[in-house]
Amino acid sequence: MTHPCVVTLERDSAPRVLFSGDQLIEVDLPAGTRCIYPKPPLTPLKDVDAAIRYALNHPYGSDPLHAKLRPGMKLTVAVDDISLPLPPMRLPDIRERVLTIVLELCADHGVDDIEIIIATGVHRRMKAHEIRRMLGSRIFDAYWPDRLYNHDAEDKDNMVYVGTTEHGEVLELNRRAVESDLLIYLNLNFVPMDGGQKSVAVGLCGYKSLRPHHNPGTIRKSDSYMDPKGSALATDIARMGKLAHKHLDIFAIETTVNNRMFDRPLEFLMKNEDDLSGRERAMLKALVVSTQKLPQPARQAIFDRFPAPYGVTGVFAGATAEAHEKTLERCFEQYCVPIEGQADVLVSGIPYISPYNVHAYLNPLLVQVLAQGYLFNMYRGAPLVKKGGTLIITHPCTDKFDHEQHAPYIEFVHRLLPETRDAEQLRERYEEKFANNQAFIHMYRTGHAYHPAHPFFMWYWGENGRQHLGRVIVVGADNEYIPRLLGYETAPTMAEALYRAKNGEARSLDITLLHVPPIIMGDMTLPARKANGGAS
Amino acid sequence: LAASYFDVDGTLVSTNLVQPTLYYLLNQGTPVQSALRLGRALMRGPSMALAEMVDRRMFNELLYSAYQGMSEDRLHIVADDVFNNVIRPSLYPSAHSLVEQSRRNGNKVVFISGALDCIVARLAAHMNADEIIANRLEMKDGIATGKLLKPVVAGPEKARLIREHARDHGHDLNECFAFSDSYSDVPMLSVVGHPAAVNPDRRLALLAKAYSWPSFNLDQAP
Repeated sequence: MTHPCVVTLERDSAPRVLFSGDQLIEVDLPAGTRCIYPKPPLTPLKDVDAAIRYALNHPYGSDPLHAKLRPGMKLTVAVDDISLPLPPMRLPDIRERVLTIVLELCADHGVDDIEIIIATGVHRRMKAHEIRRMLGSRIFDAYWPDRLYNHDAEDKDNMVYVGTTEHGEVLELNRRAVESDLLIYLNLNFVPMDGGQKSVAVGLCGYKSLRPHHNPGTIRKSDSYMDPKGSALATDIARMGKLAHKHLDIFAIETTVNNRMFDRPLEFLMKNEDDLSGRERAMLKALVVSTQKLPQPARQAIFDRFPAPYGVTGVFAGATAEAHEKTLERCFEQYCVPIEGQADVLVSGIPYISPYNVHAYLNPLLVQVLAQGYLFNMYRGAPLVKKGGTLIITHPCTDKFDHEQHAPYIEFVHRLLPETRDAEQLRERYEEKFANNQAFIHMYRTGHAYHPAHPFFMWYWGENGRQHLGRVIVVGADNEYIPRLLGYETAPTMAEALYRAKNGEARSLDITLLHVPPIIMGDMTLPARKANGGAS
Repeated sequence: LAASYFDVDGTLVSTNLVQPTLYYLLNQGTPVQSALRLGRALMRGPSMALAEMVDRRMFNELLYSAYQGMSEDRLHIVADDVFNNVIRPSLYPSAHSLVEQSRRNGNKVVFISGALDCIVARLAAHMNADEIIANRLEMKDGIATGKLLKPVVAGPEKARLIREHARDHGHDLNECFAFSDSYSDVPMLSVVGHPAAVNPDRRLALLAKAYSWPSFNLDQAP
């Protein structure tokens, strides 16, 4: 019996509505198409503050937080940046709630040497108003800017060598964090690749410590990087995270949210189009038409305006690995939909957001990250699509970049991708030099640009998808140049894309639609191999 | 091996060419001499303003004619004061960090400026720049004639000087960086592989956006 979130289309099924950037479009898919919908949101915790206190007092694999505090100690709290959740959550952000309780506890125990670091890694620095929103005015006013600041991976004086793993990976971390008596890491675990050992080992490190695992080879070996058990990326990072644990006293606080991305009037976006009420159908139609008529800045402003009403579903604290296991359980419980059998063609809309473009446009490199990266990797067991299969996405692929946040991306896409799309070549020939580009480094350190190494990592993020997929076809691209740069084909309509995916063969295709957002992970079971060959 | 070419005025420091000149004029041997020189310079004001709009090189030549009759010794003695009182306090907060990052990448650091060599040399020493390309006053018997020696460092000439410098030192221009604040320096920015607009004026900011050149300010310390 199939899961209720898996729906097979009939001849008279309604068209499916997919994101195409910040527009919604209707597409007709053939009868027999398997549509995977997100699970209903998990019931949120009734009393979040009580859950936070309980987690701090009953941690996994560690003494309670209060037992680790002593007067006069040096304490650092590292906090995840706003790359997650997407879109930013309705206030109060869970990070504010946890931090408020942690700081109260510290005050009760006479701990006043406290600094709060936004663990941006090589992400862009968060702006003051973004930090205020995330952590609340009370904390912001008390700590910003001297005791609450962004991590700076290029501040050589404030990065310190921690050690080298048995594989020769050098771990350098933020000096304040390393020299503290206790480091508390406060995470918001949005997808299963977040959190755990990655928090400290990536959030507080620099380029040198990212190179050993943020590379094409590691991503190729990750099956998938959303499933830590099959992820070479997670394994490599865990080695460095354990090294950090050996030298630092780390107390992890991890939190999970449900998938309630859309607020009540828009909740129907998560539903099967055939199950919509008359009113919902009318609203959906109006939404489709208005997103197609409004100019892009207006669409972006609208989507930016509405934070997501995510509900907190878990707070887990203690030793990183132990707490993270519980976090992952809750994540999988929310996202995993059991699916049997891989498809020939995977269809998905590409939305307007990714972790790397909060308050900015989803540029072409990030389209690639979502398509061959995150969407492809949203599985456990085996990919949703067969080896050599086709991925069809809907997105305009506009040649548009945010000149502040994504300055190095522009040069990567327009100067390097025309040279080669080969990730190994890009890494070998260009990465290190690009990562030290003084203009981009300056924009990262004093402005709000991503580190110049980041576009490379974004390209590598799509590497296992690139190796697995036979082709990617974009429906609705507004130009030919960008898809060609990314190695994609274009088709004016979904019907044309499906026709091309058939490649002239007479047989019918197994088509699967991943109806995102919100996030869905496929828990793939391969059917028993038949005598004449089954799934690849 | 690559080089990073930095314009100075408006890019690394917030001053322009006029402020050091005024300092010189106001610090002559006697108040009367200062007043006379200042008066003469002010009379040239309208023509300088016109020249600035038409041709940066013409502006430089008019500006430096104010130095006519100054002794070489005095130029150097006052240069220390100009650097300490005018230039150093005007350094942008993150100018050092940008120059330092260039050096860390193994780039040769070259300051290219329309300012006088005696002032740029002091800034270069202060910031550990490797070389300078700057304007030089013509001297006759130790006295400034008020003319500039060729080549006059301004506008498109900067591009030619950078090309020449790169060729003479074996730098691959595609690997070189250039930083400037002014639209008049577009030629200089255009000859290198990595141009960047720093504290850009309105026209340069628009151009940088159109060509997707990195664009940033140095007014905030990292």
